Amino acid sequence: MISMTPRKDIPLIRTIATPAVAILLTLIIGASIFAILGFSPTGALYEFFVAPVSRLDQIGDLFVKACPLIITATGLVFCYRANVWNIGAEGQLIFGAIFSGWVALNFPDLPMMVMMPAMILASIAGGIFWALIPALLKVRFNTNEILVSLMLTYVATLFIDWLVRGPWRDPMSFGFPLTKMYSDAALIHRVDLFGAGMLGQLHWGVVGALILALIGAFVLSRTILGFQVKVMGDAPRAGRFAGFNPGLVTIGVMALAGGAAGLAGMVEVSASMGQLQPNVSFGYGFTAIIVAFLARLNPIGVIFAGLVVALAELGGDNAQMVLGMPKVVTGVFKGVLLFMLLAGETFNRYHITWHGRRASQPEP
Amino acid sequence: MEALILTVLLTSVPLIFAAAGELVAERSGVLNLGVEGMMLMGAVTAFAATSLSGNPYLGVFAGAVSGGLTALIFAIFALGLATNQVATGLALTIFGTGLSGLMGEPFVGGTIAGLSNLPIPLLSEIPVIGALLFNHDLLAYLSIAMLVVVAWFLKKTRAGLVLRAVGNSHDSANALGYPVLTVRFWAVLFGGTMAGLGGAYLPLVLTPHWSEGMTAGRGWIALALVVFASWVPSRILIGALLFGGITIMQLAGQARGWAVPSQMLSMLPYLATIAVLVVIARNKEFSLANSPACLGKIFIGNR
Repeated sequence: MISMTPRKDIPLIRTIATPAVAILLTLIIGASIFAILGFSPTGALYEFFVAPVSRLDQIGDLFVKACPLIITATGLVFCYRANVWNIGAEGQLIFGAIFSGWVALNFPDLPMMVMMPAMILASIAGGIFWALIPALLKVRFNTNEILVSLMLTYVATLFIDWLVRGPWRDPMSFGFPLTKMYSDAALIHRVDLFGAGMLGQLHWGVVGALILALIGAFVLSRTILGFQVKVMGDAPRAGRFAGFNPGLVTIGVMALAGGAAGLAGMVEVSASMGQLQPNVSFGYGFTAIIVAFLARLNPIGVIFAGLVVALAELGGDNAQMVLGMPKVVTGVFKGVLLFMLLAGETFNRYHITWHGRRASQPEP
Repeated sequence: MEALILTVLLTSVPLIFAAAGELVAERSGVLNLGVEGMMLMGAVTAFAATSLSGNPYLGVFAGAVSGGLTALIFAIFALGLATNQVATGLALTIFGTGLSGLMGEPFVGGTIAGLSNLPIPLLSEIPVIGALLFNHDLLAYLSIAMLVVVAWFLKKTRAGLVLRAVGNSHDSANALGYPVLTVRFWAVLFGGTMAGLGGAYLPLVLTPHWSEGMTAGRGWIALALVVFASWVPSRILIGALLFGGITIMQLAGQARGWAVPSQMLSMLPYLATIAVLVVIARNKEFSLANSPACLGKIFIGNR
């Protein structure tokens, strides 16, 4: 017999140690899986987690990879805290890229001081637009937001594919599915560290992402909005007695997450691509879900979690190049990591004791 | 026209398997969002087993087993460790997508001889209907048989009654002495095995090769089908045929040269899913009459 009794309070050391232990276990299990399938486990670990950050300038690239993850996961934290299961951030990210791309492509002559705010606002609007569909359907018709937001991701992927192959394709692209290049004012530039030179591809979007996570932490812990979100997630009944409107909270957190994801889409395109293409995201919207959980649904934690998961992502790129493995293989590590984190949560929340089979108790 | 209907029927087979399995798991109160991952694991194992042994029936078996084993991971975490079911299911899909990609890597580009048709004597010779309904492969017959078995099990057997009781109120079921977690464990494993069979159908019948992520969202559509069917097995058949039809419409549209971009046609199954979810959800009496009250809720109890 195993008995699980809830802990009264979770020791701080557990809160901090859980993600670390989860990461360690993930590395062990992930390497074992590679070994079982006949791939070199040490080689895989090296290509996944060491090679991508073996030079100083690659630290900058790590932050760049983490950037869309941090922005998107900060928004998702609000959803998951409120028990709203938005798993369509990928689609919302794509729509942010589309809306901001519309601004950049149609008004290429705007000066930077106008272009940037316009694109940022457009991307947020695009993400919110795409996130409000599942939110409103849930509030109005009680449809399942998990399925709707996911279905909309497939739709968004196909929609941008159509745009860049059809109406928005650059006639000079020699048949490639690409739009025109953005004008210089629509590009996010690399950070020049106090004149000391560039650190890899480190760009200003990263700085924005870090600030956004800090703002997210402030809103969640210090504002009435954040309080409502937490109450609706932890004790919806209490929330209703307090007069909080669950529908509004659902719409609010979906809009926050959608807006953030949309922004991530704009940053990713303006900083790393400079034009729209069929793949503006490489599953960042899905990976951000893991980042949010690794951060234990805490916006400050999102920064660190984003960097850890970004390392695995860079590792996936690297393993693809060096070992010829498909990109999805990173999912082995990402999936195991999420399993470990969830299990860790249980061990934190409950005191688990094993006390053999007792004859006195009836068989359950 | 006949060929078109045949394609619709074949396209719906994987959906029937996966949705029927998930329906049983959900009726026991477990929401497993890992269907996509379990299907992919079923698909890659079925392909690998067939490719190595040359026997597609071994592929069927391997696909079923690997779907079940993948579900076992979910059961260990979501039931054994009482983790959040939504997040655990997502983890399973991410993990299954990754692991299937890794396992399938040596098999990319290869082809296999899939399942051959087993015409039913006499019946298959009926004009038109015979060719459409009684000249299929083993898995196609099995999908319908399983649907009947699931319907019968849930409605007519004692074990099915216990399973539904566990899904509707795990506390009451527990108080009555029913083994809540054991029932859920087997329901989840059954769901995984069925998803594995559904996945296996893709390389064994629909396209005789393996490519990463080849399920293309079918696992998620199967989840939507369970909602569409409002947890009643027979309605899965209607839903699966409907989605099969919509999926095929894009091919038909392309073939006839409709002036609609192919991407818009490809969106149809996903948009239809959303539309169906809305229509079903609007009629609460219909949609929630058989909805398990404890769906997705964590059970601690005594274990």
